[in-house]
Amino acid sequence: MATTSAHDIAAGVAAGKISARTVVDEHLARIDARENDIHAFNLVTADAARTHADQIDADVKAGRPVGPLAGVPIALKDNLCTHGVDTTCSSRILQGWKPPYDATVVSRLRAAGAVVVGKTNLDEFAMGSSTENSAFGPTRNPLDISRVPGGSSGGSAAAVAAGFSSVSLGSDTGGSIRQPAAMCGVVGVKPTYGMVSRYGLVAYASSLDQIGPFATNVADAALVTEVIAGHDPMDSTSIPQPVPSLVSAVTQGVAGMRIGRVTDLPSGAEPEVVAQLDAAFAALAAAGATIVDVTLPSLSYALTAYYIIAPAEASSNLARFDGVRYGLRVPAVDTNAMYGATRAAGFGDEVKRRIMLGTYALSAGYYDAYYGKALKVRRLIANDFNKAYESVDTILMPTSPVVAFPFGDKADDPMSMYLCDIYTIPTNLAGHAAMSVPFGTGAHGLPVGIQVLAPALGEVAMFRVGGALEIAAGSQS
Amino acid sequence: MSSPTSSISAADVAKVANLARLDIDEAHIEGFTAQLAKVMNHFHDIDALDLSGVEPMTQPYPLVNVMRDDVELPTLDTDEVLAAAPAAEERRFRVPPIIGLDG
Repeated sequence: MATTSAHDIAAGVAAGKISARTVVDEHLARIDARENDIHAFNLVTADAARTHADQIDADVKAGRPVGPLAGVPIALKDNLCTHGVDTTCSSRILQGWKPPYDATVVSRLRAAGAVVVGKTNLDEFAMGSSTENSAFGPTRNPLDISRVPGGSSGGSAAAVAAGFSSVSLGSDTGGSIRQPAAMCGVVGVKPTYGMVSRYGLVAYASSLDQIGPFATNVADAALVTEVIAGHDPMDSTSIPQPVPSLVSAVTQGVAGMRIGRVTDLPSGAEPEVVAQLDAAFAALAAAGATIVDVTLPSLSYALTAYYIIAPAEASSNLARFDGVRYGLRVPAVDTNAMYGATRAAGFGDEVKRRIMLGTYALSAGYYDAYYGKALKVRRLIANDFNKAYESVDTILMPTSPVVAFPFGDKADDPMSMYLCDIYTIPTNLAGHAAMSVPFGTGAHGLPVGIQVLAPALGEVAMFRVGGALEIAAGSQS
Repeated sequence: MSSPTSSISAADVAKVANLARLDIDEAHIEGFTAQLAKVMNHFHDIDALDLSGVEPMTQPYPLVNVMRDDVELPTLDTDEVLAAAPAAEERRFRVPPIIGLDG
């Protein structure tokens, strides 16, 4: 297989040693060969990708400056708005919709020279942990097509794992980047809330959503994060601070760092996953880090807080899909009947469940008992982290309690599916940063992801640990 | 503060579906009720927590109002936006009657 490192591609293209067109054609050929089996994409934009690549090659030839991702093929989760290009959120309610603008991350990637090869499949409106909830059919795990790729950004994870794109973007509300990254054996990053603009990301739960990259290696993930991060006046929650150098952090090592081991971690992880976590601690200690025990006593309540708060926000955010301004409309005699019929036909069952759950939690008589309580639990979890980070720089835990599971395993039991997110959700509730790094294998020889958690704006520490884990994982295998 | 002691009923689900503008036919109400009840049963774990005096957390960081200079800036193209609508007329979104014809 030709090189798919974004660093190598960008350096080679900028130096005129390889052509962006050749790189894109190689990736499109891999898509042609395996996409029927994988279904990573809702749309492959082959013609536009070739045109963009030719333009970059012309720029290089003419001596014009090219960006840090020049010629790097990238896939975008299909809940990121692309001007004039279908953006479906894997929902029938948005089928055929062409946004009138680009998401900020899309503009920044294009300006950096990244070449968009397509829009990737997801659980409808990013609600799910297996990509089985897509209205257009599931994505299959490139490492074992009888198993799910994780979710909700399963298409973006699979695209990178299959070599369809060098890197990709997903969105992470409760683990939707990190969990599929772990299950597909790639790197996935959820940056600090507010570090990456959400302008043009179709909202699921606005106080939790964050965009981040998938990559085959930690340095590429750091590079893409650098490109998409930074203040954006179009997002009122965007942090007005400069982005530190993240790529250089990857090779800094962990000597002298304090890494937290959670002594009261919620149970439920497969024994092979726990064994890899222990190996990861041992490797970091050998690399010069100090392992420090910490407690996060409220962590086990995160699932309840999340599955009240996220559906509550979703019930409000998804009210905009009403058949008036975009997407599907089912004709009816009056607007009220039109809303009900359109939304019933346009949304899948999991989206309906979460809208109803959120509406219930916010309704008169139940608001205090559910939503009000959940917000207080969210505070307890953030307080737990803040206390832990007084004595450590980062915390290590599994990304997912389980390796990639077979199709249908959890599809009829929402609660068992929700439990897949037990270790990823707390970071979203706190608004912190976290990443998943492939670290060995678990049951059935499938990849295990180890999660590095860091406080808000702790990306430098996070990438230092991520880089060290990657080296340790490489020498282990 | 009230405590969620009773599980969600089929009547609750039908009411919530109506509030959320989702036409759910009766045949499917039972299935949704069973699934939602199972999820909501899990929510009882937080009943054991003493949350008195805990400040609710709606956002990772305190939100401040963001202002910009009052100057004209480019906006979305009206024709392009209307072209994506299910129905448009006279440069506006066209909708069915707001007041029902049958009542």
